[in-house]
Amino acid sequence: MPDATFVFPNDPQVTWSIMIVLYPYLSGLVAGTFVVSAFYYGLHFEVLKPVARLALTTSLCFSLFATLPLLLHLHHPERAFNVVITPSATSAMAVFGFVYSVYMLLLTVEIWLVFRPSIVERADSRRGAARLFYRALSLSVQISDGGRAVDAKVIRLLALLGIPVACLLSGYVGFLFRAIKGNPWWSTSLMPVIFLVSAMASGIAALVVLYIMICWCRGVAPEARCVRSLCRCLWIFLVVAVSLELLDIGHMAYESGSQWGVIATLLKEHLAVSYGLVQLVIGSIVPFFLLLAAFLPKFKPRLMTVLGGTAALLVLVQVFAMRWNVVVGGQLFSKSFRGFVEYSVPWTGREGLIAAGVVLLLPLLTLWAAANVLPLWDGSNVSKSLHD
Amino acid sequence: MCKSTNDEGRGCTGASCLRKSDEIGSRRRFLANVCTVTLGAVSLTILPTVSADDESGYSAAGDVAKPLDARSPVFGFLVDTEKCIGAGKCLSACRVENNVPEGSHRTWVERYVHFKDGSVQVDLVPEAGYTGSELPVIDPDRVARAYFVPKLCNHCDDAPCNQVCPTHASFTSPEGFELIDAERCIGCGYCVEACPYGARFINSDTGTADKCTWCYHRVKRGQSPACVEVCPVGARLFGRLDDPESEISKRIAKIPTHVLKEHLGTHPKTRYAGITPEVI
Repeated sequence: MPDATFVFPNDPQVTWSIMIVLYPYLSGLVAGTFVVSAFYYGLHFEVLKPVARLALTTSLCFSLFATLPLLLHLHHPERAFNVVITPSATSAMAVFGFVYSVYMLLLTVEIWLVFRPSIVERADSRRGAARLFYRALSLSVQISDGGRAVDAKVIRLLALLGIPVACLLSGYVGFLFRAIKGNPWWSTSLMPVIFLVSAMASGIAALVVLYIMICWCRGVAPEARCVRSLCRCLWIFLVVAVSLELLDIGHMAYESGSQWGVIATLLKEHLAVSYGLVQLVIGSIVPFFLLLAAFLPKFKPRLMTVLGGTAALLVLVQVFAMRWNVVVGGQLFSKSFRGFVEYSVPWTGREGLIAAGVVLLLPLLTLWAAANVLPLWDGSNVSKSLHD
Repeated sequence: MCKSTNDEGRGCTGASCLRKSDEIGSRRRFLANVCTVTLGAVSLTILPTVSADDESGYSAAGDVAKPLDARSPVFGFLVDTEKCIGAGKCLSACRVENNVPEGSHRTWVERYVHFKDGSVQVDLVPEAGYTGSELPVIDPDRVARAYFVPKLCNHCDDAPCNQVCPTHASFTSPEGFELIDAERCIGCGYCVEACPYGARFINSDTGTADKCTWCYHRVKRGQSPACVEVCPVGARLFGRLDDPESEISKRIAKIPTHVLKEHLGTHPKTRYAGITPEVI
């Protein structure tokens, strides 16, 4: 006769809600998109030039809202600055604040330097309020040829420095969960690595989707070489991320420790849809095959763009599902390891579905606004008219 | 003609160049201004906090806890499952003493029933006077062994909840009590997740983390924790471990005791007598 279920009386409260799912998701997008931009500005991967500015700007837009889910989750958001004013050196969450601050500083300086020539040029050429706006953005600092050369070196340095910082940022989110030693679903050594690799995958996927959609909206065709390269990178990161995820669970199953029973039940009964169907089948296996098109040179660019875009969209779903399964899944079983609890996201409220949708929408709206203010496209982003 | 670069910093030529000295001066002035503004902002943010802390004598340990004695006392809690009868009076006393909201628990009592077929059933003991639910009745002929296990915060020496708190809101008092500064807690829930015993919760009234304090406020007045006070059979024992003459010291010296989830290395100060490995 199997043991009857029992849940510790405080466990029915699922403390970390959908907002804590969004937090690592947005952090991953921030890091992933930045790394793509760094491949161009730091490592001079010319093929990524069409999306370099978009990647950098997207990273900034997502980073501006990366902590918003945390604020919405906090029961006392008015005390949020306690994390940086009186931080605890032993707390992963407190140290994250500093990593995030360093990243934001680095990103802001780099993006300002990248767009500085355009900003200065607009400050000189525009009139009225626009002139004032661009003058403010330029910080009233002119630019010379020598200055441009210095800027280029600084941009490269920041891009190269930014790669480890971005990796630290995304891996660190995984460490937040890894640090909870009483939870067998979270406390695995692979957790930070999985978060890091899937962050890269999500960043690349977001760029593929954004680039294709923006090009379609502008009535131009995306640069085929660029899309193809991004899709190839995405395939590699997807393969590594999914392999690590499966290795992690495979290791737990093979080890069959005392808590494997509860993990197995969690996967079979409580995460069957979000893990088995969404994360593995729809989010991993389908895009794995779709992205293979990027490796076939005879594939028509337009068809490859459609397949790549679809696959990238599915990878974004996969990474979100992975965050969901980690964050929520880790709270669905009681610390008694004898029972499970239920969690359903409410529609309304600070931690509801609508609020989550707004949080996801805000970076995109900011990106749209940024695209109207800054020259994300300099003519090299597209190859030819879509209608040619 | 001056050499220039495009937005990406690669070779092209520009017509509107400033003189190099002007540019360097402009850049230096700009950097100096940025440094001044940054340092000013940091000072304005941090200095008031530091000075306020100094005035109040606040530290990570808080000013609420002064040593109760000249020497630093060491407190401990013993749960004797051989004595507990599952009366639930401790639960009601804790709720009243500490204004614990409905649906949350600073302490609870589990009933373990080991059946003859080897399976184990665990149930939650209702609070005394609470008529919402009752323990399921079990056929005594099927039972090999049964006992009650009161649970509460373990006040670990290496408390994971304390470790992960980002703001020092969770802290250890000089006497070794794991406490929460509700004025500093941001309600992130990290400590709730980190506690492997399920002892913490977010208080729905205050929006801050909450848990058993071993009734620190009562101990400071020289009283026992409320649950210890009302237990009719002495199943909960609280006292000083550094005093060999205290009742808890004598009991721990006499009977074997265990801590929960010992493999996690949290080193709990709440000890249990008479439990089996099924109790986690």
